[in-house]
Amino acid sequence: MLVFVINRLLQSVIVLLVMSVLVFVGIFLIGDPTAMLVSPEATDLERQMVREALGLDRSMLVQYLSFMGNALQGDFGRSFLTGQPALQLILERMPATFELVIVAMGFAVLMGVPLGMLAGMRPEAPSSRAIMALSIFGFSLPTFWIGLMLIMVFAVQLGLLPASGRGPTVEVGPLKLSLLTLQGWYHVALPALTLGLAKAALLIRVTRAATREVLPMDYIKFARAKGLPARRIFGVHLLKNIMIPILTVSGLEFGQAIAFAVVTESVFSWPGMGKLLIDSIITLDRPVVVAYVLIMVFFLVILNLVVDLLYMAIDPSSREKVRD
Amino acid sequence: MTAAERPLLSVERLQTHFHTRAGVVKAVDGVDLTLRRGEILGLVGESGSGKSITGFSILGLIDPPGRISGGRIGFDGRDLVTLPEAERRRLRGKDIAMIFQDPSMTLNPVLRIDTQMIEAVQAHEKISRQAALRRARDVLVAVGIPSPDERLQAYPFELSGGMRQRIAIAIAMINRPRLIIADEPTTALDVSIQGQIIHEVKALCRQTGTALIWITHDLAVVAGLADRIAVMYAGRVVETGTTAEVIRNPQHPYTQGLIASVPSRETRGHRLYQIPGMTPSLLNLPPGCAFSARCAHATETCRTAPELTETGAGRAFRCWHPVGDRR
Ligand SMILES: Nc1ncnc2c1ncn2[C@@H]1O[C@H](COP(=O)(O)OP(=O)(O)OP(=O)(O)O)[C@@H](O)[C@H]1O
Ligand code: SF4
Ligand SMILES: [Mg+2]
Repeated sequence: MLVFVINRLLQSVIVLLVMSVLVFVGIFLIGDPTAMLVSPEATDLERQMVREALGLDRSMLVQYLSFMGNALQGDFGRSFLTGQPALQLILERMPATFELVIVAMGFAVLMGVPLGMLAGMRPEAPSSRAIMALSIFGFSLPTFWIGLMLIMVFAVQLGLLPASGRGPTVEVGPLKLSLLTLQGWYHVALPALTLGLAKAALLIRVTRAATREVLPMDYIKFARAKGLPARRIFGVHLLKNIMIPILTVSGLEFGQAIAFAVVTESVFSWPGMGKLLIDSIITLDRPVVVAYVLIMVFFLVILNLVVDLLYMAIDPSSREKVRD
Repeated sequence: MTAAERPLLSVERLQTHFHTRAGVVKAVDGVDLTLRRGEILGLVGESGSGKSITGFSILGLIDPPGRISGGRIGFDGRDLVTLPEAERRRLRGKDIAMIFQDPSMTLNPVLRIDTQMIEAVQAHEKISRQAALRRARDVLVAVGIPSPDERLQAYPFELSGGMRQRIAIAIAMINRPRLIIADEPTTALDVSIQGQIIHEVKALCRQTGTALIWITHDLAVVAGLADRIAVMYAGRVVETGTTAEVIRNPQHPYTQGLIASVPSRETRGHRLYQIPGMTPSLLNLPPGCAFSARCAHATETCRTAPELTETGAGRAFRCWHPVGDRR
């Protein structure tokens, strides 16, 4: 088990290295950030000075090596724009994104799994058909449109929920959290619903398909032949067997949501990482973009590892494969 | 009739139909079965004759589009067909247990054996985990499983097919049911293990006075196991009697064909007899004897369905032109 974890972490180091090269090369191709940093009337000499100050006059290889050297010590450089350390900028915004995505995923799982199971248990029932029709809407409507509609109804018309920002925050150590206050929950409600609806719709379909696959299995019939009550058959025998696809999809969607929460964040002016990334790309703020991508890759690697460990907790035969 | 002489199970004119898009599949269409306490019945017939569906009907495990559309299932004085589902559940696994054909899929792959055994006890009794675990261990020993404590900790995929089937048998026996329905439980196993398991189940049933319905398409298997035999064809019992009578003196041409197709010392080296033709589709059975298309003795008379002819207590057949001796 430990060997497995260490192996995976070593693999992830390689992934990180490859990604760092790709991102570095990619951002070189996009353009020279000096143009964004100096006024259009600046002289060539002024430009040259800016380039030297930022180290942009050196060759790509030298820049890469010096970046990596510093990165290994936890220093991802400073933002060209604000001069703040890139890492700090990102970490400041991270809790907001995580809060949003965790609430959205929680909503998606709590909605999607029970509804999917219901739809899978009685595929012909009108209620099941209604659930499936709803789920088609859920993931065919574009996120920004859902967001705007929710704002129209709940914020503008009914005035029930705020439509922007994350409300007051509470400091827990270095992190600023908003979910510890009731106001925070009010603020997260609409963006989380927006982000979570499509994921709930997807989970409904995944859960339904898995349920329909597992229910005809002999072991379900045998469980019934043992005279087990329905809640044990569905809550244990069925649920434990459909967990694998549900976990797979939830894990993927979670990572996806963290990395691409930007649409929702923009619609609701949510001060998360997504917005920071877009701003940084527009201004060609290299250190922030590179640091962001590397942190995301690292996060996704860890997320994958956690999902794999959860597989092993659920499916005993996958544990066996790791042991050999 | 007093409780002692009343049969444990009496299935009368049972009909289980599947309402599919293509039409009504009459999987079970007028089955009669009687079973006394502790008796072993062999339910024989070829694939698709409705043996499993008969078993599931008794257990109350018929799912849509299937439905029990007629008949009675008397069990210990109660009619299971009209019994509310909540009470049926209490009978399942407690008074009537079932063992399935394919041991690779009967145990839940993600639950440990102990979990699957303990829940079977706790579904019917208020009993501590510890006590249930002790009982689980005891039945594992009874069905001949070595090092039961290790097995209890195992997951199904860590065990062989024979071992899994033994555990399924142990689960079926854990609440000391009065009736076990075994649906071809050995067909998926090695021949040597097959013999062992049949022997053990028989011994256990005799020991505990449990009645047993052993479903199989292999007449040879039940010859050494069952007290009585019921032969099924196209959703009906076409012949029934004691094992000795049915095998020595079959009355129905189909039974005769089944017996002739069992390999024996005399047939060695010769081509084995095979009943010509195939099981008819149950979707649109023509009126009359369902076997007529394959029967060498068929006549005009056979265009009407043969009535049940009873020639003695528990001896009956459905054929206009019985082929056996008539004493
Ligand atoms: N869900 C269903 N829908 C439609 N028809 C069904 C369904 N289940 C069973 N049947 C039909 O019922 C008939 C009897 O099936 P059953 O499983 O009882 O046969 P069997 O005698 O147990 O055969 P085998 O030896 O292959 O197990 C089959 O012809 C089958 O086509
Ligand atoms: S009733 Fe007629 S067709 Fe049917 S088995 Fe008897 S002889 Fe054959
Ligand atoms: Mg069968």
